[in-house]
Amino acid sequence: MRLHLKNARLIDPAASVDRVTDIWMAGGRVASIDHAPDAFTADRVLDVAGKVVMPGLVDLSAQLREPGFEYRATLESELRAAMAGGITSLVLPPDTDPPLDEPGLVEMLKHRARQLDQVNIYPLGAMTVGLKGETITEMAELTEAGCVGFAQADRPVSDTRVLLRAMQYAKSFGYTLWLRPLDPWLARSGVAASGAYASRLGLPGVPQQSETIALHTLFELQRAVGVGLHICRVSSAGGLALIQQAKAEGLPVTCDVSINHAHLTDVDIGYYDTHYRLDPPLRGQRDREALRMGLAQGTIDALCSDHTPVDDDGKQLPFAEAEAGATGLELLLSLAVKWALEDKVPLLDALARVTQGPARVLALSAPAMPPIGGLSVGSPADFCVVDLDAYWTVDRQSLLSQSQHTPFLGMELPAKVLATGVRGRIIWESAR
Amino acid sequence: MRNPQLNKHGELTHLISTEGLSRDILQHILDTAQTFVPLAERDVKKVPLLRGKSVFNLFFENSTRTRTTFEIAATRLSADVFNLNINVSSAAKGETLLDTIANLSAMQADIFVVRHESSGAPYLIARHVSPDVHVINAGDGRHAHPTQALLDMYTIRHFKKSFSNLTVAIVGDVLHSRVARSNIHALTTLGVAEVRAIAPLTLLPSGLAEMGVKTYTDMAQGLKDVDVIIMLRLQNERMRGALLPSSHEYFKHFGLTQEKLAYAKPDALVMHPGPMNRGVEIESAVADGPQSVILNQVTFGIAVRMAVMSIVAGASS
Repeated sequence: MRLHLKNARLIDPAASVDRVTDIWMAGGRVASIDHAPDAFTADRVLDVAGKVVMPGLVDLSAQLREPGFEYRATLESELRAAMAGGITSLVLPPDTDPPLDEPGLVEMLKHRARQLDQVNIYPLGAMTVGLKGETITEMAELTEAGCVGFAQADRPVSDTRVLLRAMQYAKSFGYTLWLRPLDPWLARSGVAASGAYASRLGLPGVPQQSETIALHTLFELQRAVGVGLHICRVSSAGGLALIQQAKAEGLPVTCDVSINHAHLTDVDIGYYDTHYRLDPPLRGQRDREALRMGLAQGTIDALCSDHTPVDDDGKQLPFAEAEAGATGLELLLSLAVKWALEDKVPLLDALARVTQGPARVLALSAPAMPPIGGLSVGSPADFCVVDLDAYWTVDRQSLLSQSQHTPFLGMELPAKVLATGVRGRIIWESAR
Repeated sequence: MRNPQLNKHGELTHLISTEGLSRDILQHILDTAQTFVPLAERDVKKVPLLRGKSVFNLFFENSTRTRTTFEIAATRLSADVFNLNINVSSAAKGETLLDTIANLSAMQADIFVVRHESSGAPYLIARHVSPDVHVINAGDGRHAHPTQALLDMYTIRHFKKSFSNLTVAIVGDVLHSRVARSNIHALTTLGVAEVRAIAPLTLLPSGLAEMGVKTYTDMAQGLKDVDVIIMLRLQNERMRGALLPSSHEYFKHFGLTQEKLAYAKPDALVMHPGPMNRGVEIESAVADGPQSVILNQVTFGIAVRMAVMSIVAGASS
């Protein structure tokens, strides 16, 4: 496929580019910008005047629920949702059923994704067998099968010695651990952030210390071992401050925050709206402001969808019994833009947190992987075409994910994805 | 967001929590209850206000006493009462809460009286019943027990006449107590001078200050010059899980004895939502003593529940 994008406003945070130009793509890569390559005959010419062409989004966490939970979502349904959201690269956590703790499972998943030939997927392997926190997995074999790092999803290791050994083993091979900071004892049975709102609702709380204590443990062990860490889903001001210190100290640390935590707080739960039942739980306004500031300043490397499809049965329950999670693939770009507009963050910086930033996290975690997240000449032609000025309403009709449960249901959001391309081939176009 | 307990005319159509209800609505419930109190003294204890209406008692969590008071209240209003002990029927067979509600709605219920172990469950039910069906919360998780709070308010008003100069202490397991939360909201709405909570820190939730409550960990200070003492029930399972070391030590420091009662004003009321654990949170000499109004609470409870049922049933759909 030879593609010519005419009159595009090219926004590429990796190259600090924001200007109107033409782009030519061939052989799955960006062939040229500004000047047509010699003897280029396009198979397709798209005039995108007034629209933005940017690198495809890189999402650091999306549960696609396959294998094991196909009644909630399948690779097909969720990859379609990703494409509709302008996402071209997805990192998958290992908490499938069975968890991704054996090379065969990873190979099968990669094979399924290859067959679909759409969005690039990057699985994280389970750090411990069955995510049980007892025995470390065959990390080298799992890496050969395609894993880009190792994680425990939302099942933190409570045995600190196992954690230390996993770090030592990962460090031996240069692997990165992607861990959620969560003290399992303090977080146990909690469903909302500890504080006045949870107390009023009579919901068991998760104190901020469950995050900060876990971070202290992780960083203290990291100082001894030197392993690379990616901190997943920071949720509190206190947690963010510790990450900032660790980075300032020079520890090899990156981190991300979810779209939900960048936009919402615990009082949004209202009268027990289970759309707001999330893990980690939503915290206070001070936390949200700190997270948005950290994102703007780059302490937080990436904004992620934390896409977690939950079916209707899982949400139509009393709050504490409801399943945690929200759909997010189709909201990631819009919520990045919304944040930029609200906080007057330069667009290049805001879009960097969903392209260049997460791509850098991936590159640090899997150095052998070809670089993604930019659109310079020679880069993989993974891109999306976006109407930044268009608004759309999040509703059950507009979402393609098998799960339509999101706190943003009914809201009007900026930025509409018009088309998504992977390796120079348009894989998704909006209906109009 | 509109308070889901109110209809579009601002009338009480469900009673789920005392939080967010106006002083007028609370006073109206207490005034209505007052008209029902003399009924208990009459030979014929019935009025025909809810004749032909069906009241379903849905207790997902067992409680014979609370269920019985609702049953008596509904019967005195001439309603037909159906008791469903969901704990041992459909829920145990795996039916979801909303399926249970849909099934019972199809039996033309007018009022659901619901007790559920999960905080917020009555809101979920209220969202899914048709507009002419009313939900009364008989206790949900740690969240609310509004009829208990209202009967407590009735009792306080009965003996103290006014709320404005009162200091009220709530003693015990506030962390797990829906009674405490509902009382705190009702007391602050009705304008008492001060609400206190007294317990070891393991039993006090965070954020009480934001709810207008002063916290104490010492009975001598906390009970000093209070007008009303509301004792909370301490459940045995709190002795596990590192909340309390023993009931013995708890009683020694937080149990209400005559000696500790002396810190309060001489005419202080002693209240308890029942069932009491004598020798754990309260000693018998106090529970049965002259300042105790615990049995009055039970009597007023029926009138208050009659008032709530008749008011929500009268709200336009």
